[in-house]
Amino acid sequence: MSESAASQNVEEVLRLEQVRKAFNFGTPLETEVLHGIDLRLCRGELTALIGPSGSGKSTLLNLIGLLDAPSSGELYLLGQPTRNSDDETRTRLRNHAIGFVFQFHHLISAFSVLENVLMPLMIRRGRPSSADIDLARSLLNEVGLDAFADKKPTQISGGQQQRVAIARALITRPPLLLADEPTGNLDTRTSQSVFELFHRINVQFGCAVLVVTHDPRLAADCARTIQLVDGRIVSDHSRTETR
Amino acid sequence: MRLADSLWTEWLIALRFLLDNRMQSLLIIFGIAVGSAVIVFITALITGLQANVIERTLGTQAHIRILPPEEVNRVLPADDGSWSLVLENPRAQRLRSIINWQDIRDVLDEDPQVLAVSPVISGPAIARRGVARASVALLGIDPVRYQQIIPLTDDLIAGQFTVGAGNAVIGKELARDLGLGIGDKLKLDAGEGREAVVDIAGIFELGVRELDARYVYLDLKQTQTLLDLAGGVTVIDTTVGEIFEADRIAKRLARLTGLRAESWMETNGQLLNALSSQSMTTEMIRIFVGISVAFGIASVLAVSVVQRTREIGILRAMGSPRGQILRVFLLQGGLLGLLGSACGGAVGWGLVQVFNLAGPRLFFIPVDPTLVPLAMLVATVTGVLAAAMPARRAARYDPAVAIRYV
Repeated sequence: MSESAASQNVEEVLRLEQVRKAFNFGTPLETEVLHGIDLRLCRGELTALIGPSGSGKSTLLNLIGLLDAPSSGELYLLGQPTRNSDDETRTRLRNHAIGFVFQFHHLISAFSVLENVLMPLMIRRGRPSSADIDLARSLLNEVGLDAFADKKPTQISGGQQQRVAIARALITRPPLLLADEPTGNLDTRTSQSVFELFHRINVQFGCAVLVVTHDPRLAADCARTIQLVDGRIVSDHSRTETR
Repeated sequence: MRLADSLWTEWLIALRFLLDNRMQSLLIIFGIAVGSAVIVFITALITGLQANVIERTLGTQAHIRILPPEEVNRVLPADDGSWSLVLENPRAQRLRSIINWQDIRDVLDEDPQVLAVSPVISGPAIARRGVARASVALLGIDPVRYQQIIPLTDDLIAGQFTVGAGNAVIGKELARDLGLGIGDKLKLDAGEGREAVVDIAGIFELGVRELDARYVYLDLKQTQTLLDLAGGVTVIDTTVGEIFEADRIAKRLARLTGLRAESWMETNGQLLNALSSQSMTTEMIRIFVGISVAFGIASVLAVSVVQRTREIGILRAMGSPRGQILRVFLLQGGLLGLLGSACGGAVGWGLVQVFNLAGPRLFFIPVDPTLVPLAMLVATVTGVLAAAMPARRAARYDPAVAIRYV
């Protein structure tokens, strides 16, 4: 998937049609955790996904992030059906179209902050060009960490690590940014500043942002809130104006 | 994407993972180095030792000796339908000349597998000086030809290698036993009144006590006279290019000449057995050391894969293909093998130099220039192979599960 192809569909980024996910599928121990999810995410949307523990948020995020495949239904990423895609296609799509931010930031300790940000591009095309490095530096500048480019992840704070993870997720200019409890491990003040960063990049980069969160105050800050209970979407509210 | 650019990332990740776990990497590199050093040193030592033993053995004897056929009893065959019981005494082997030895020499001279040909007449005699006596073996030689079989001038410790005109060259032990020096006279008695007095022109030391105490080199003609074999020779010594082909060549020469042909391999059977047992032992040591090095690499990488589970999950989530993860760990295996064997090769080479300079100096160990690079190549390939299983495991991780690994 080329970057130009990814940018052609400016509105819809992701569509889920009757997506079900069952573990031990087709066996007597089959347990369905997602029951016919329909969902559509468009560019520029900042969406919060909330729900109690065990509601299927992480499973849904894994499906959307192409880390797992639905048992039935279809998941379209940039208009492309993905349920039956092979591992190679899903891997390529993850690299080109999706940015991940995880709860525990998951930076690679063997690399510097700058190299961590560059990693998705290095995975894609090897040695980074000077333009790639400039882009990574500007993203670090964007998240207020340009002075820490050469530090190791272990030499910066948890909030700073999460900002680096956000910069890393944005380096490929993905149309879809997924964040799994990005503030779950941070104190209130740091959480607020990280969330503000999500707002800013949502406006600035125009990507669809889906944030899984437990924090109702942060969810209330989002333009759209989807509530998942027992594997079903029970509410999907959009506000015309936020913040 | 070009392969070189793609591998750049694999190299970077592999190197950083190794550097990040510095102590673990150093320990396994040390282990591989010890294994490689043992392999390099033992290979050089045994190869050098065997080459030295063979060189010393063949330095004092011909590769193939052509001899007249043995004299045997002729037993009349029994009549049809009857049995005969024969009580046989083996024939005494008198000194005999090879018939038409000049023709045989000329034929052998033309043989492409034979490098040098030297007719020799040899027989027993008593050497006397004053009241001292010693039993000796007379060897009548053509000095130019004989030098191509055994380079005696290299072993001369006094005088010169001259055997014509009543001169003789004797061994160091004989010279000491009879109190002889250069220019002294020695009386040789070959029995039945055939005696000669010769001047000592040279003294050699072959390093084999038996030869140094018994060999007396003389001119071919003088020896023929002493041994009463006018114009004859008792053996034709030859050397061949392929020393380990000597058995096969000897059989061919025996068929070609109709004479007996004894190869050095036949007369030194026990030595060859010992050498081949030694080679087998060395091979076993190399194989087992290699296996333990491979298991060392595999176990360290298996641990590393578990330690890196979450990072592998992250890389996969960011779009790293399975093949890339596989290559990262294969490269780590190869790098460990290469670095360990480079250190081990250097240490092994150093040990050989120490052995040569400060060791017991029994013999010199030459190091084959390809030995260390070859050991490094084998260790690198072993490293890659040993990494295959952990690398496969890493590549197969489910990213969704791996990311949550604690």
